[in-house]
Amino acid sequence: MDAAFFGGLLFLALVKATPIAFGAMGGLMSERSGVINIAIEGMMLVGAMMAFLGSVIFNDLTGGALPPIASLLAGLIVAMISAALVALLHAFISIYYRVDQIISGTVINLLAVGVTNFVANAYIDPNGLAGVGVFPVITIPILSEIPFIGPIFFDHQPLVYLMLIMVAVLQYALFKTPWGLRIRAVGEHPRAADTVGINVNRSRYINVTLGGVLAGLGGAFLVLESVGRFQKLMTTGRGFIALAALIFGKWTSVGALGSALLFGFAEALGVRLQLGDVNELQALALLAGIGIIVLAVAWGMLKLIRRGEDKRPNRTIGVVAIVGLALTTAAFLIDWPIFEIPIQFLGLLPYVATVLVLAGFVGRAIPPAAIGRPYEKA
Amino acid sequence: MATAETTRTSRRKAILSRLAVPVLAIFTALVVASLAMVLSGTNPIKAYLALGEGAFGSQVAIVETLIKATPFLLAGLGIALAFRGGLFNIGVEGQLFVGSAVTVIIGYSVELPAVLHISLALLGGMLGGAIWSAIPGYLKARNGAHEVITTIMLNFIALRVINWAIGVDGPMRAPRTVVPETPAVFESARLPILIPDSRLHAGVIIAIVAAFVVYWLMWRTVTGFELRTVGANPSAAHYAGINVKFNIVRTMALSGALAGLGGGIQVLGLEPYNFTTGFNVGLGFDSIAVAVLGSIHPVGVALAALLFGAMDAGARLMQLRTKVPIDVVTIVQGLILAFVAADQIIRRLYRIRAEAVEGPINISQMYGGGG
Repeated sequence: MDAAFFGGLLFLALVKATPIAFGAMGGLMSERSGVINIAIEGMMLVGAMMAFLGSVIFNDLTGGALPPIASLLAGLIVAMISAALVALLHAFISIYYRVDQIISGTVINLLAVGVTNFVANAYIDPNGLAGVGVFPVITIPILSEIPFIGPIFFDHQPLVYLMLIMVAVLQYALFKTPWGLRIRAVGEHPRAADTVGINVNRSRYINVTLGGVLAGLGGAFLVLESVGRFQKLMTTGRGFIALAALIFGKWTSVGALGSALLFGFAEALGVRLQLGDVNELQALALLAGIGIIVLAVAWGMLKLIRRGEDKRPNRTIGVVAIVGLALTTAAFLIDWPIFEIPIQFLGLLPYVATVLVLAGFVGRAIPPAAIGRPYEKA
Repeated sequence: MATAETTRTSRRKAILSRLAVPVLAIFTALVVASLAMVLSGTNPIKAYLALGEGAFGSQVAIVETLIKATPFLLAGLGIALAFRGGLFNIGVEGQLFVGSAVTVIIGYSVELPAVLHISLALLGGMLGGAIWSAIPGYLKARNGAHEVITTIMLNFIALRVINWAIGVDGPMRAPRTVVPETPAVFESARLPILIPDSRLHAGVIIAIVAAFVVYWLMWRTVTGFELRTVGANPSAAHYAGINVKFNIVRTMALSGALAGLGGGIQVLGLEPYNFTTGFNVGLGFDSIAVAVLGSIHPVGVALAALLFGAMDAGARLMQLRTKVPIDVVTIVQGLILAFVAADQIIRRLYRIRAEAVEGPINISQMYGGGG
């Protein structure tokens, strides 16, 4: 294994992390305003199908007069709008009708499976619809020339960049602007927010719907930047991994990106293991090393955000980061003995990590205080 | 005499108003789903007639409805029981898997006298489901981890591990097969067939008995009293001297045991008597709709399970006759859940007065912990 191979792994990890991070940000918007969202999976699924249908139908209508990128953009917009409508339905059922938010999420997931399978069987498959293609890779000049880092970060399709930008924007907006403060107030203490004149339920409607837009982008990625066409149930649980990333990232978008990258890295390693490029123990050491580095970085970031609250010294973070780096280096240098571990077990990482963090074995994940409770004006 | 008459009519009225919302919800869901059929160019009346014929039109159809309803009944009972205890067991899907897996292992690895073998295999499945469900129960009781997220994660863990176990070179993989599947269970572990030359197996009876047992457990035993008290008001239960934490674990375990039994019966009752990929996928989630439609009461759950079983059984004939994809059934099931949960939609639509028969399900309130 060499640096180029490792770079390739990281590149793949970023690609695999993109839909998960989009989904997690969708959940973040919703849950920060106090509405539980286990319907990310359904929103992504609808987003994926509508991205496909939107691009194909737009292409048909224009008769191929416009370049394919126009159809792809149309598909993207359709995906965002339709996933937003699905999210609006979730908001409507759980806010207006005050239905238990988890039941409402279950309804959305059931309906998403039913409707997308129905459309696929009744319309897409019989008409033999083929996709318009995928977004081209945009290589960013100069930045992509940086050795090692350049090819990992600056040689992607557009939605990957958009995801990275959205993570930064959302992190800043949620934690540094009055807008974000209002949203968090609605999720933590709606009564207080109401007292200072914030319309709690309107704020929740807006946030759940905007969350749907982000989840829709995650679904659109699967079609417009990966497979190029719609397949039944193609999200295969990514919405739930996004939920895991959201929780493991402690309801922040940077944290969610870190978790998504970790889960994406595990997925990328799984691909490589199957190809026989690395052996199992080496992969595990690599995963642990990267995991510890991500943890240290996330920790440092959180410390920067909550300046003053975290009394633990920076030194600890430094030590953790060095341990991670050492493990990663060791993964390269040592000739690891062959030891068979089923590849599927790497895929368990998101789920096990989430259970551990929820149970308080690794850090503590505390959801917004007023989450799950419909708000009634006094 | 007159008073007896009035209580009887008022009781009848109460039952009617209780039935009104679910029945109208089913009706409305069918109407809304028929829009999808019209859009895809089929006559919904023809489609629903085919659905009904496929579910009840012949002996074969009725048998199919009953065996499809069986896992819905058991999983629905499990979810309902957890709801009564104030817990949202969304992990029934995974507990079903674990239950089937344990049952199938016991079924194909040892040969025993029939009655003993069946009992042992099903008990193993129940135990597997119970343990898989007690883990989130314990994590909630001890650390306050919300069971919805932990059970969703455990669903995926169960799915992945079992898919590995029946995959290429997996420990449960049947020798010399192309598809991922386990060996079939021994004859001695298979559930007896009730009507000769049909698929009707004894699991249907086990499920009906389970419904009675759940009823008895919930309203005639101390366990049930504690379960319901903790569900209604944990702090009052604690004040009354009930061990709330123990109850959370026990309720989850009981709920998971029912799901595990459902999974086990699917393995021992139906051809080809083994476990393959895609086995019962989604059944656990549909059962949430069954439990809610049945107003989380064993009798209601039984009726709802019968309805869902009928829809699944009739869907194939509907697809054959009218080319409507089977998936319309999933849409109907999702809509039913939506309309029953958001009963105000139905009440407003049909002008039924709201009657607080029982409090609505509100489990998510505890999601963010206390405060």
